[in-house]
Amino acid sequence: MALSHAQAKYMTFGEGGSAVAFTALAIFSIVVAAKAYAPEYAFHAYLFAAGSVATVFAIVNRYFDRGAQAPPLVIDGKPNYNMGPVKLATVLAVFWGIAGFAVGLWIALELAFPALNFDLSFISFGRLRPLHTSAVIFAFGGNVLIATSFYVVQRTCRARLVGDLAPWFVVLGYNFFIVIAGTGYLLGITQSKEYAEPEWYADLLLTIVWVVYLLVYLGTLMRRTEPHIYVANWFYLAFILTIAVLHLGNNAAVPVSVFSPKSYIVWSGVQDAMVQWWYGHNAVGFFLTAGFLGIMYYFIPKRAERPIYSYRLSIVHFWSLIFLYIWAGPHHLHYTALPDWTQTLGMTFSIMLWMPSWGGMINGIMTLSGAWDKLRTDPVLRMMVLSVAFYGMATFEGPVMSVKAVNSLSHYTDWTIGHVHSGALGWVGFISFGAIYCLVPWLWNRPLYSLRLVNWHFWIATIGIVVYVTSMWVAGILQGLMWRAYTSLGFLEYSFIETVEAMHPFYVIRAIGGALFLVGALIMAFNVWRTIYPREQLAPVASMTPAE
Amino acid sequence: MSIGTALWLKHWILERNSILLLLGILIVIAIGGLVEVVPLFYLRSTIETAVGMRPYTPLELAGRNIYVREGCYLCHSQMIRALRDEVERYGHYSLAAESMYDHPFQWGSKRNGPDLARAGGKYSDDWHRDHLQDPRSVVPGSIMPAYPWLFTTDLDFSHIAEDMKVQALLGVPYSDEMIANALADVRTQTTADAPDAAALAKRYPKAQARDFDGNPARITEADALIAYLQMLGTLVDFKLYDDKANIR
Repeated sequence: MALSHAQAKYMTFGEGGSAVAFTALAIFSIVVAAKAYAPEYAFHAYLFAAGSVATVFAIVNRYFDRGAQAPPLVIDGKPNYNMGPVKLATVLAVFWGIAGFAVGLWIALELAFPALNFDLSFISFGRLRPLHTSAVIFAFGGNVLIATSFYVVQRTCRARLVGDLAPWFVVLGYNFFIVIAGTGYLLGITQSKEYAEPEWYADLLLTIVWVVYLLVYLGTLMRRTEPHIYVANWFYLAFILTIAVLHLGNNAAVPVSVFSPKSYIVWSGVQDAMVQWWYGHNAVGFFLTAGFLGIMYYFIPKRAERPIYSYRLSIVHFWSLIFLYIWAGPHHLHYTALPDWTQTLGMTFSIMLWMPSWGGMINGIMTLSGAWDKLRTDPVLRMMVLSVAFYGMATFEGPVMSVKAVNSLSHYTDWTIGHVHSGALGWVGFISFGAIYCLVPWLWNRPLYSLRLVNWHFWIATIGIVVYVTSMWVAGILQGLMWRAYTSLGFLEYSFIETVEAMHPFYVIRAIGGALFLVGALIMAFNVWRTIYPREQLAPVASMTPAE
Repeated sequence: MSIGTALWLKHWILERNSILLLLGILIVIAIGGLVEVVPLFYLRSTIETAVGMRPYTPLELAGRNIYVREGCYLCHSQMIRALRDEVERYGHYSLAAESMYDHPFQWGSKRNGPDLARAGGKYSDDWHRDHLQDPRSVVPGSIMPAYPWLFTTDLDFSHIAEDMKVQALLGVPYSDEMIANALADVRTQTTADAPDAAALAKRYPKAQARDFDGNPARITEADALIAYLQMLGTLVDFKLYDDKANIR
């Protein structure tokens, strides 16, 4: 042996085990590809094989490059944070954001000008719409959540992320899932559950990734050197855990064969509808709300350099929000064949949900007490505060729309689309942009390339949101009223197609709003790119690093 | 000291123990879901008693899978709400019983196009062919995409019996006889005046057998999709349905 014992380098169990597991997966995938029932599925199996081979290669390569010892947990008394996966997820969030907004703009234009479907299967509206929703919610939002949660949990626990390969597996595995899901929609592989369209094998992959995510997160919490778990982590933990429960419940399915992409959901009809909207509304409640509230509770106080407005309000906000949200699903099924008692429960809890939502909004906005002047000088903080304002607006509108009488008008119309986008663009989008503008300088240890560009992003995107949301309000209420309009003789006044034709101008206006939002995101991408790759080499600026 | 205050002062325990926090979250999020979902599986009033419901024929099932694949549910609901204008526009409000064999359900959430719960028999096969190939040729203001590939793609129904077996496992009453005859039934249902039409209709009452896509030489995806669209909402005879018996 040339190496002395002290220098001896061994493959860890994780490295060796993962390499073997991925080798097995590669072989299995090739077998599946060879016997696949459909070429689309064979394509996915080959993607799995290629991904597995690349993973084995990366693990071995990394083994040869790394030192003999595992990275230290602490260096000079300071935690040795693992920010590599955070950086990757941040950059991927920007990439998927642009992709998702662009597809959204395209399908908005398809509704205004149906010739844009070009009679091609893979870009027809029905296949692109899930691509848009998944890209913005799960690809953009998901990467923002993984990046910020891994950042926040390390900082607030003063501990390095648990696991060596595991955090990388979470980021890469999750994004591989996105690729499988997205290409699947284009090829017609879907199980048609809204916001849970990926088929059984993609769901299995996501399950494994998500369990590892939970373990890494929880393990890091347990490794903390701070006595208390900071409030942002409560929200992240609730988000990760609840999404796991929802995902398993809603995607319970039996595949036709291991060689078929097709599966059938275990639930049927009315029960399936209830399970779907239990999932669907809590994808909003826990993915798009609880997770992003975790961002609010860390990034707003950090950026404003003020403590959270009220610790007590945080506790009330947290428990009441997660308890009430779970009940709200049936408001998606008012006046349907779902039993009335379930509808009434859903409506009641949706209205109650207004209170914790606004409690959270107040806690976020009032954190600026004593620092309101920063809204004038810091467009990043302004973006995050406006996002919380949008959160307040959307969570007021939601309970209103959950009232059965209102819902009888709004359901099935573009009012719902407008409501979703005031939350998605205003709240989720802006709090994410704010977090990205904070994270990139912190992670790469450089000042942001341009605050002026952030200002441009802020105003262009804000105008875009207002244009989008107002056009959809008008469209939705108009369409709802036209559907139920009667002539003086007691006949329905409008044929369905007349109500479709009436939507055209609003669909055009909506597309303009979406385009503005996309332009804002492109400005952000340029800003992020210039920050990470500055034209001249800049000295790292220590003051941009957040205080511990 | 009230219980509320006592709980308040004890919150630090959860803040300092990640596993207890995790368990606390799990309990709190479980309640609502359990209360709303579980009773739907055992309360008998959840699904009405309605005569006429049957599983999809193999061809209709294949058509339904195409409906799912193309994302039709994103623009078309299959759920007529119990509201005056909807009932007058689309027909009798939808029953829970009418989707009891739907894995997954296709109620939808948005009407960029009209509800399809009772689309069956409303238009001719000819109309559907024109409409799927060029929607604006029959409805000038339509914003629906065209689906020309359905007419040029042969229907792959080689594995449809496996699909039915899975559905049977999940509780859809497909008999062994239905599964054994799956492939033959697809051919029978796409043929006008097929000799086995009577056997098909016996297995699947009200099943409509004819050449749906206007091309007798081939069984295309359009055959399956139009067969599915033409049966939507046709199974329950609402002249005989007693809604008073199902008040819940």
